[in-house]
Amino acid sequence: MAQSSSRPLSPHLSIYKMHPGMIMSGLHRITGFALTVGLVLMTWWLVAAATGPDSFARVQWLLGTLIGKLALLGWTFSLFYHFGTGLRHLCFDMGLFLSNEGALRAGWTAAVFALGATGITWVIGLIALGVH
Amino acid sequence: MVEFTLPANSTVRPGKKVSNARDGKNKRVFKVYRWNPEDKQNPRLDEFEVSLDAFGPMVLDALLHIKNDVDSTLTFRRSCREGICGSCAMNIDGLNTLACTKPIEEIKGDVNIYPLPHMPVVKDLVPDLNLLYAQLATIQPWLQTQSPNPPKERLQSPEDRAKLDGLYECILCFCCATSCPSYWWNPERYLGPAILLQAYRWLADSRDEMKGERLDALEDPFRLYRCHQIMNCTHTCPKGLNPAAAIVEIKKMIVRRRG
Repeated sequence: MAQSSSRPLSPHLSIYKMHPGMIMSGLHRITGFALTVGLVLMTWWLVAAATGPDSFARVQWLLGTLIGKLALLGWTFSLFYHFGTGLRHLCFDMGLFLSNEGALRAGWTAAVFALGATGITWVIGLIALGVH
Repeated sequence: MVEFTLPANSTVRPGKKVSNARDGKNKRVFKVYRWNPEDKQNPRLDEFEVSLDAFGPMVLDALLHIKNDVDSTLTFRRSCREGICGSCAMNIDGLNTLACTKPIEEIKGDVNIYPLPHMPVVKDLVPDLNLLYAQLATIQPWLQTQSPNPPKERLQSPEDRAKLDGLYECILCFCCATSCPSYWWNPERYLGPAILLQAYRWLADSRDEMKGERLDALEDPFRLYRCHQIMNCTHTCPKGLNPAAAIVEIKKMIVRRRG
């Protein structure tokens, strides 16, 4: 084994085919990370609300920009997607959907749910805000 | 540890281009990962253009044709050519499978062939499997008993024997282990799907009397619980087995014995 350190490592992520199941799993991780970052933003928003009208207005302005809105949209999607795929993994732990077909079915269901729930949430939110 | 990029000595460079295709149609390019320890150079990707009419239908047939007629230095493992020995496991068209049972016609465009992913390379398409064999030894893959030996063999009902279906068929080609990102990032601490399926094969055996000890050895944040159910293992298994489900069964056994 003395030679092994000079041996190259065979390619992995760069050559492995990204099939839907792998993307679903990766997206579960990424949305989990996005949720954590979003939680920091939400804490900031709450702290600003408690601090006073000026600081609250500043955060409100930032969240109202296009980038702020896109971040909020991404955060909403992350919440629903991570929730859906979280349930998928709970099902896996109980031995459900544990096949190539089952895992894909559960994954697509979670993705469709996340897109639908995000859309409905934003429509309700925009109506409540009086935006037409 | 998670490292998305390859070390400096492992990045793949363009290699030579050879054409052996006889005039006419049905040509195909096979891009093959090459590394020779005696070159003291980085790995490279050689391109072989060959005529599909010159050999049989499987990817292994193409590799044998290249070795026999184009470049005899091409190195790969193969033996049975019928999917039962597991020697020719490699990454073909982005997925781990057996070259001998992978039809070329299932692949569109150029055929990319790499060694099993995230493994030390011995030469060309031959990965160093020593770590996996050592990990297999740690789960003690043999029947273990404490009761006195019966006068004849230890019998098993057809129902109990059926519980080993989907487990005993594993040929230890390690397509699954080397498809698993969790195993890529923690090969020395996580056992990976192939070894865990073997572990469950003995846990599921009605004749084995060491289940408690076997579960004790597996109950570890890394050895067993690094499985994050990405399902690459089940997706890639050339024998159609389900290592992800076997891992869940082990986890369930650990939960159940807590009562």
